[in-house]
Amino acid sequence: MSDKDKKRQEGWKQLPTGGTILEGGTAKKYKTGDWRNSRPVWNKDKCINCLRCWVYCPDSAIILKEGKVAGIDLEHCKGCGICSEECPVKPEKAIKMVPEKQKTEDRGQKTEKSDS
Amino acid sequence: MRQKLAITGNEAMAYAMKQINPDVVAAYPITPATEIVQIFSQYVADGEVDTEFVAVESEHSAMSATIGASAAGSRAMTATSSQGFALMWEMLYIASALRLPIVMPEVNRSLSAPINIHADHSDTMGARDSGWIQIYCENSQEAYDSLIQAVRIAEKCLLPIMVTIDGFIISHAMEVVETFDNKEVQDFIGKYKPAHPLLDVKNPITIGAIDFTDYYFEHKRSQIEAMNNVMPVILKIAGEFQKTFGRNYGLFEKYMLDDAETAIVVIGSTAGTAKAAVNNLRKQGKKVGLLKVRVFRPFPAKEISEALSKLKAVAILDRSAGINAYTAPLFTEISSALYTQGKNPKAVNYIYGLGGRDIFVKDIENVYKDLEKIAITGKVENLINYIGVRE
Repeated sequence: MSDKDKKRQEGWKQLPTGGTILEGGTAKKYKTGDWRNSRPVWNKDKCINCLRCWVYCPDSAIILKEGKVAGIDLEHCKGCGICSEECPVKPEKAIKMVPEKQKTEDRGQKTEKSDS
Repeated sequence: MRQKLAITGNEAMAYAMKQINPDVVAAYPITPATEIVQIFSQYVADGEVDTEFVAVESEHSAMSATIGASAAGSRAMTATSSQGFALMWEMLYIASALRLPIVMPEVNRSLSAPINIHADHSDTMGARDSGWIQIYCENSQEAYDSLIQAVRIAEKCLLPIMVTIDGFIISHAMEVVETFDNKEVQDFIGKYKPAHPLLDVKNPITIGAIDFTDYYFEHKRSQIEAMNNVMPVILKIAGEFQKTFGRNYGLFEKYMLDDAETAIVVIGSTAGTAKAAVNNLRKQGKKVGLLKVRVFRPFPAKEISEALSKLKAVAILDRSAGINAYTAPLFTEISSALYTQGKNPKAVNYIYGLGGRDIFVKDIENVYKDLEKIAITGKVENLINYIGVRE
């Protein structure tokens, strides 16, 4: 954490009682995407838009547009792989889990449109 | 109408709960506290209270449901003892850290093993650092009065509070208790207005969120400060209680202490036994006194060390062992308080009454005899002593 970031944090006297967060929807601000060690790569051409991935994703990280899968919110996706597991498309799934390391090495060689 | 009723400690607790009329009670039976919620559930069944009663499957669930109800914005209570209290353990810390003003009667009972259902303070002493306010009562009248005050204390400080009585000795013994009119109790406790109830859907909040290295310490620091601010609130509410109902309660009670040369410090029902011993010895011209600790958490360190400062020797009686500590819990607190306040009466620790072992007036008189010797010689031969255990 940089010194600049530290200055923004409140001292104990400024905090709401009991660690309460006095507004709703704040989970969105917590970027959990950097926990991931493998990422879902979505293949738009194979996707049948059954929305199982959207139903099962525990982090609401499947992005829909007009009722169809439009991508994956990688700022919040923790890489659990449930979307890929539940994807019914055969023989090759429309969502594949790719190790982050490999993804980094491959960067620039593949064109993935799954990033939000 | 104020009435004098012949009731047990458990009945006094249940009666106070009825008059408090909490929004939610979630509880599970355990000896010797069972009657409190059993009697209370009868009040619920008879429509004498407006309470939503939740019969849960364990004390862990009892405290969890009480926490949920309190966070939702209701006045929530439960009651327990011993093993049940131990089963609440992790939830006790959650209740206090979420700053929920839960009020809980607790009946002090030993902890297994061996299995025993009788009085000692091992259960709540084990939770002395759980962030709950702790008030220990000598008798049923104190329990009734303290439970009513506890509602105000908890809601003012936003901290949970337990009010305890000794198992069987008080919980099942019948005494005359002066009870107040329902309306008087309601007027005294007032309406509970939670600042941020979870059920206020127009103002959504999150409670119990994750706190890592970045904020946990700050939240703990603020919780510590909340406890630091409790004592003046207890005294203020005790003052209002006295004005309304007549009886006076402090953080502790001094009995013949001001001119005493030796004294005993004790918690709970044994204070009554010790008062009888003091009376006997005073008749013989001995300058003996007693300090009964009522509020153990927060611990009134300065006040107690000041009250004991002029003594030549003091015996601290513990009804729990503090098995792997240097000394038993009350002695540890008091010796630490005396040391840091620069007071130095000779202090000696007695462990007594484990598993409900009786303690008699003559046992206490013997302690005063030991103290007399210590006062003369200035020497404590045995720091830790045991009353009533067979060698």
